[in-house]
Amino acid sequence: MSQTGTTQTAAPAAAAVSETPLLRIWREFAESKLALFGLGLFIVSLLAALLAPWIVPQNPYDLATLDIMDSRMPPGSLSGDNMVFLLGSDGQGRDMLSAMLYGLRISLFVGVVAVGLALAIGAVAGIAAAYIGGRTDTVIMRIVDIQLSFPAILVALILLAVLGNGVDKVIIALVTVQWAYFARTARGAALVERNKEYVEAARCLGLKRPRILLRHLLPNCMPSLIVIGTVDIARSITLEATLSFLGLGVPVTEPSLGMLIANGFDYLLSGVYWISMFPGIALTIVIVAINLVGDRLRDVLNPRLKR
Amino acid sequence: MLVFIIRRLLQSALVVAVMSVLVFVGIYLIGDPLAILASPEASEIDREEIARALGLDRPLWEQYMTFIGSAFVGEFGKSFVFGQPAMGLILERMPATLELAITATLMAFFIGVPLGVYAGLRHESAGAQAIMAGSILGFSLPNFWVGLMLIMIFAVQLGWMPASGRGPTTEVFGLQLSIFSAKGWHHILLPAITLALSKCALIIRLARATAREVMLMDYVKFARAKGLSERRVIGVHILKNIMVPVATVTGLELGALIAFAVITETIFSWPGMGKLLIDSITQLDRPVIVAYLIVVVFMLVAINLVVDILYSVLDPRVRLGGAQ
Repeated sequence: MSQTGTTQTAAPAAAAVSETPLLRIWREFAESKLALFGLGLFIVSLLAALLAPWIVPQNPYDLATLDIMDSRMPPGSLSGDNMVFLLGSDGQGRDMLSAMLYGLRISLFVGVVAVGLALAIGAVAGIAAAYIGGRTDTVIMRIVDIQLSFPAILVALILLAVLGNGVDKVIIALVTVQWAYFARTARGAALVERNKEYVEAARCLGLKRPRILLRHLLPNCMPSLIVIGTVDIARSITLEATLSFLGLGVPVTEPSLGMLIANGFDYLLSGVYWISMFPGIALTIVIVAINLVGDRLRDVLNPRLKR
Repeated sequence: MLVFIIRRLLQSALVVAVMSVLVFVGIYLIGDPLAILASPEASEIDREEIARALGLDRPLWEQYMTFIGSAFVGEFGKSFVFGQPAMGLILERMPATLELAITATLMAFFIGVPLGVYAGLRHESAGAQAIMAGSILGFSLPNFWVGLMLIMIFAVQLGWMPASGRGPTTEVFGLQLSIFSAKGWHHILLPAITLALSKCALIIRLARATAREVMLMDYVKFARAKGLSERRVIGVHILKNIMVPVATVTGLELGALIAFAVITETIFSWPGMGKLLIDSITQLDRPVIVAYLIVVVFMLVAINLVVDILYSVLDPRVRLGGAQ
């Protein structure tokens, strides 16, 4: 019987006497108003990004609907065909609000996918290093150490210079620079877990090593991984925006929030502030929201602070 | 002790060697410099001529060996674009980057430590809460966007500060620096604030966490029991013990700051080596990219090495752990 299996079957019975772990985490999480506010903000941005095609006034990728006469209109002005540019328009006459929601889609997509992949790779590498030990451990951790001693932005920059532009390439670069955080954390957690009795029991049952690693150790290392994973989504989104700002991230045809800010940079000195300012505010709101949630999760899931 | 230092030196040398291969092979794969260097009308013969002059016609491993051979005597090839030695170009721009990074570090340190210690000692107060909220914001604000907004407010709207460039420099010990003139400060202030912001947030959090730990230590209680003034307890006993971790992290972050200066320099057109890197990437100027990376890898490895050695001098447990 695997560890996850036992918790699942045992959960309904336990709920009758006390609350489930998930409920307890939620209750403690909800004690912080600030964290709830962050979560709400994040859900709103997520929904806005997912539903963008249905709520924006204009499809920013459809060149046919753009009119160059409408370019650089200040917020609140009317377009040629009587649409209101709530947040102004950009250099190509695109509605900023529409472009931002579409940009948010790309930013969030890149951030979430990159962190998901980095977490998967890092968790497996870290847990394997801790469980197998010996030379495997040394080799994996030496790579992690060396990688973490170089600033992520520099590694990503060079990788993208080699790979070229593209959403997939940005994701590859982000995974390459981030997996090491997860590997280190997973190893730390697994080193503690591997000496516990359930692992010994699994070993005595004669279970295969991959099964012990993935079904027994991994679920128990998840809390710490989730904590860094959350904060790391914010980090990924910032990194992607920064790379796109430098012209080394997403392609021009799929502008993320960072790219939109970069586009506005060209007009900034002539006083056209809205093209850079609004995407930046959107980016900040998303990142603050994620960091608030991550901060609270760290407190709730940290076993050392358990009351 | 000596064995430990030698071992660390060898490890560092290995890292530099591995990085040089990775960097060289990676950079070799970037685009085709001939497409940019040769004019579109150039004939096939002209192109071959240029390729031969730059050594681009030979196989990869031969190019690497030539590169390593000349790298050992400090020769990193000539920039395709400027026609000058690449290393010279980097070193020429290094003082500007270092000046910016060090100014930013000092700013972050001298603003971050007092705020962090205050937030730690009075962690229930409204001021502390405000500082911590501010530090979350400092963390979260996208750095490059902060730079743009500073330009927008202080350079475009208010016109107080210049939006770009380094301004006049003064020669100090053979280095061109801007922090010794009022005009120079005018130019360095905005980029330095941009660069310092997220580090400041980090230092605030670290100083706060350490202050809260140190505050509960017996020697602090004893100092209070002895009847020392609060100023002396905080200024001497608490502050002194906070300095070790905070100074270590600040030092280690200097490397990251130098790397991050790439972005700040691009925004503010600061003539440092980071801006040179971005320009070289867009122009496929391989020798300059390679020279930049070698310099930065060297600096990072050196910073880590110094911190490691200092640590093992201060804390014998680290030394024993490393010798196992």
